[in-house]
Amino acid sequence: MNILVYINSSNHLAKSALEAVAYAKKIGGTITVVATGSVDDATLGTLGEYGAQKVLVDRSVSTEDSQQVTRLIAKAAESTGAELIVFSHDLVAKAVAPRLSVRLKAGLISGAVDVPNANGQVKVNVFSGKAFGFVSVKSATKIISLLPNSFQPEKSGSACAVEAFDGGAGASVIKVVETKIPEGEIPLPEAELVVSAGRGLKGPENWGMVEDLAKVLGAATACSRPVADIGWRPHHEHVGQTGVAIRPNLYIAAGISGAIQHLAGVNGSKVIVVINTDPEAPFFKAADYGVVGDAFEVLPKLTEAVKKFRSTPH
Amino acid sequence: MKILVCISKSPDTTSKIAFTDGNKQFDENGVQYIVNPYDEWYALVRGLELKETLGGNLTIITVGNVADEAIIRKALAIGADDAVRIDADPKDAYYTATQIAEYAKSNGFDLILTGKETINYNGSQVAGMIAEALDLPFVSLATKLEINGTTARMEQEIVGGIQVVEANLPLVVSCAKGMAEQRIPNMRGIMAARTKPLTVVAPAAVEELTAYVEYGLPAAKSAVKMIDPNNMDELVALLHNEAKVI
Repeated sequence: MNILVYINSSNHLAKSALEAVAYAKKIGGTITVVATGSVDDATLGTLGEYGAQKVLVDRSVSTEDSQQVTRLIAKAAESTGAELIVFSHDLVAKAVAPRLSVRLKAGLISGAVDVPNANGQVKVNVFSGKAFGFVSVKSATKIISLLPNSFQPEKSGSACAVEAFDGGAGASVIKVVETKIPEGEIPLPEAELVVSAGRGLKGPENWGMVEDLAKVLGAATACSRPVADIGWRPHHEHVGQTGVAIRPNLYIAAGISGAIQHLAGVNGSKVIVVINTDPEAPFFKAADYGVVGDAFEVLPKLTEAVKKFRSTPH
Repeated sequence: MKILVCISKSPDTTSKIAFTDGNKQFDENGVQYIVNPYDEWYALVRGLELKETLGGNLTIITVGNVADEAIIRKALAIGADDAVRIDADPKDAYYTATQIAEYAKSNGFDLILTGKETINYNGSQVAGMIAEALDLPFVSLATKLEINGTTARMEQEIVGGIQVVEANLPLVVSCAKGMAEQRIPNMRGIMAARTKPLTVVAPAAVEELTAYVEYGLPAAKSAVKMIDPNNMDELVALLHNEAKVI
């Protein structure tokens, strides 16, 4: 099978890009990557280590313009005879994959969490993670977008060739006016470890203890909806149904009671630790490990315990 | 300004999720259907705010059967001027988007708004599909939308930050949290909704591209393991040795 994987990476190869290539390799076939973004050729070539045979790159395409990216991928799909196109289910994919589905009349499965089963059906989460479904595609060409952190990238090959590719995308109709990204933060959708807190922290001045724990763990920080709405923390840290949906390996929630809308955005986490003064907090029902206690006392103790653990050889 | 807002029905957030017919059908028993919150709170309300500021007309559209008229009347009660129901069961996103695009093609809208996704299928597909079918620019997951003449300025949450973009109308936008505040319909709106025009349109001949074959529920979680708040070393050891996440 000819598989085309689309990746968009600026500065470095995103983990989600490696996941998408490794996912295609697991399905099996000849894998061509079509890439946009500013990552240099040498770095793109390392995608061969995850299973890519070749990388086609067009750095002239603006990823904010879904029409441009769609034209590029459609052209690459035609030139490689792609029967399957794989995306990571990120902001760009959410704009481009549906367009490509219409352009190619190719069925789209969004948010896959596993490779296709023996019948070619793909597992996805539905009802905001409260259930799952198996989806089949009726068209000859298929498109799958993979939910980040659903598939572990593994190295097994060697570097591959990188070729310039003219996507014939034309001029962009979307103008980027401003981009604001705070430096040094771990992007939430890619984070394997997340420390989150809610109104139980009582005020933004107390977030230092959340950041301290996140720092020693190498984790991203997050918050519940009320905290973002009040303005204690920026909106891009809000995890939950209306915020960012995340699937980290570890989600530590302090001072969050666990409303159903919050759970809907974090229930894909592999392990959940809940710290709350209220033993009846509903979040404990979804947790793997629970600590009934005051976050103001527990978080510093946990930070010290992690520091001690990190300083001991294992 | 002619605005089209696409709405979908979804089970209330607190609905019990279960399946019937050998896990092939969603069990609707006891389920209360609502307007998909992203469609209602963000797309519809922002559309209304723009209409109130700039003038014009706001039409809502859904693909669904006669039972879906309850959610249409709710959207009319919130303030939409008129409604269109494409008389068909929404089979998949491609089918739904194509039906909406067919209607939009012959009715010339300046702005088409949807929610960022539905809370039942979470696919984020319909808006982009409509945009491609109409060959229009598309901005996904916008958290702010302002219109100045024929230019739209939007904010989007990107990984770890915010991006501001501009595009010319006509345009398709999917809306996320931040766009607007929820509006509760008042009695006057509810009364007015009863007499607002609701046009029923026959569906176009469209084949769906995907199908849900089967559903299931996640395995029940094992009971939470409680840790003494004074023994965080134990928690760290469990996260390392048992859960293997640090």
